[in-house]
Amino acid sequence: MVLADFLILGAVLFGLSVAGIFLNRKNVIILMMAIELMLLAVNMNFIAFAHFLGDTAGQVFVFFILTVAAAEAAIGLAILVVLFRNRRTINVDDLDTMKG
Amino acid sequence: MTLDPGQFVLLMPEIFVLTMACVILVVDLFLSKKERVISYWLTQITVVIAAVLTIAVSNGETELLFFGTFIADPMAAALKVFIYIVVGLAFLYSRHYLALRGLFKGEFYVLGLFAMLGTMVLVSAHSLLTVYLGLELLSLSLYALVAFNRDTYSCSEAAMKYFVLGALSSGMLLYGMSILYGLTGTLDIDLMGQILAQQETHVGLVFAVSFIVVGVSFKLGAVPFHMWLPDVYQGAPTPVTLYISSASKIAAFAMVMRLLVESVGSLQPQWEGMLIVLAVLSLAIGNVVAIAQTNLKRMLAYSTISHIGFLLLGVLSGTQAGYAAAMFYVITYALMAAGAFGMIILLSRAGFEADEISDFKGLNQRNSWFALMMLILMFSMAGVPPTVGFYAKLSVLQAVINVDMVWLAAVAVFFAVIGAFYYIRLVKVMYFDDAEDKEPLEPHFDLRFGLTANGLAVLLLGLFPGSLMALCHQVMS
Repeated sequence: MVLADFLILGAVLFGLSVAGIFLNRKNVIILMMAIELMLLAVNMNFIAFAHFLGDTAGQVFVFFILTVAAAEAAIGLAILVVLFRNRRTINVDDLDTMKG
Repeated sequence: MTLDPGQFVLLMPEIFVLTMACVILVVDLFLSKKERVISYWLTQITVVIAAVLTIAVSNGETELLFFGTFIADPMAAALKVFIYIVVGLAFLYSRHYLALRGLFKGEFYVLGLFAMLGTMVLVSAHSLLTVYLGLELLSLSLYALVAFNRDTYSCSEAAMKYFVLGALSSGMLLYGMSILYGLTGTLDIDLMGQILAQQETHVGLVFAVSFIVVGVSFKLGAVPFHMWLPDVYQGAPTPVTLYISSASKIAAFAMVMRLLVESVGSLQPQWEGMLIVLAVLSLAIGNVVAIAQTNLKRMLAYSTISHIGFLLLGVLSGTQAGYAAAMFYVITYALMAAGAFGMIILLSRAGFEADEISDFKGLNQRNSWFALMMLILMFSMAGVPPTVGFYAKLSVLQAVINVDMVWLAAVAVFFAVIGAFYYIRLVKVMYFDDAEDKEPLEPHFDLRFGLTANGLAVLLLGLFPGSLMALCHQVMS
């Protein structure tokens, strides 16, 4: 296995998640999944670099990203619940009351 | 590697704010509704003591703490003090606004303090890891604050948009950071700068830098990454909008300095081009679209975008004077934004937001003193002398002209003139239109005091800009 393989995997995951955020017009939960995938793609990069550089700082960074991702998911889902209570829908296209 | 206990002294402001935020969180549980004001005063005392501690421990020298992850330098100290000032103003203005809407809860102040801690970490970050952690602490607290009025639909929609786009921008930033880490093998910002200065610029570095620029401009709200900003400004409770447009912009400026200038400073020719595009687009779209707005919070959101364009002009010039001008700009802008959103809070009542431009009709008849304060703030945003906005714009333009980009300065002035229209329109509405609601405005003492101080500060800094300007130049050298 060479470094490039991991970087390509990371880039593909990252591209998928960005596409998921922009193409998805249906469900906010899918947006959250795409966001998680994006952070995991970055983790893949950090782990690969840390391994091939022989440096642990990148691995430590991954622990922090995982922790923050958990907090982020918690807040995102909380906002989602609030949104659903007010609007009775979590369709992305319905989030359009403010325009201009 | 050993840890010198003396380092904790320089970290006292952060430790103190963290401790107090936790204390207030617990104390608030035991307070009845009537005693809730205790949490408010504890929060304000925390902000004041944090300011005293920051001034007391800063010795004008640059010191690296905790294995180079944290930096205590004059720039960090100066920016932190101004963050305390605008956060203190945000809390001051928020009190009656929240009380009228049944939102006067300890969580607001705890989240506000955690967000402030995030800005403090971000301002003092000296490693990609601390930049990320500070940024997330700030953003996560702000997502929750935007959704604070949870029974209002617009709040939850704004919070969801802010969350999704904020998370996207953090992801972009992280991706750029991971590549930078791979190319340099370090997370330390200074070390990274030294390693990059010896490397030839290659496509991988430019790739990483463009991700960093995208991430940073999302946080600043520069066009074309501005789409979250108007919706969030309009939907969020006004004190939270104030917070986002003042304290978090100062922190975002610090992030630009740490990431673009200190770590990838040797790639200035590369990011300069990107920032020119962002700045010109921000100036154009921000100023032109703001004219079409009828909602004042939305108009101020587009005005923020145009001010970010000016801020980027100072940064992209790549000189000490340019950075100092950008710092002067962001500090004064934060003060003006705090005042302008404070005025919206002043006019609002229970069940009435006062965020339409027409709500300001005939303000002069209702309360001429606060109409005058709003006039000063609007003139300052437009850049009319002798207010401070004029000097901020002037110093940024000087910095741009000094690096031989006269055309860029001309573009900036052109759009600033267009922008003056919508600020002056508001002044016209206040002074020459008849009030629909003739009831005189009798604000509470703290709003009265805060807004008067805020408006006069904008005027006085405009009359005597020398000391703040000297401070900005001093911390940048």
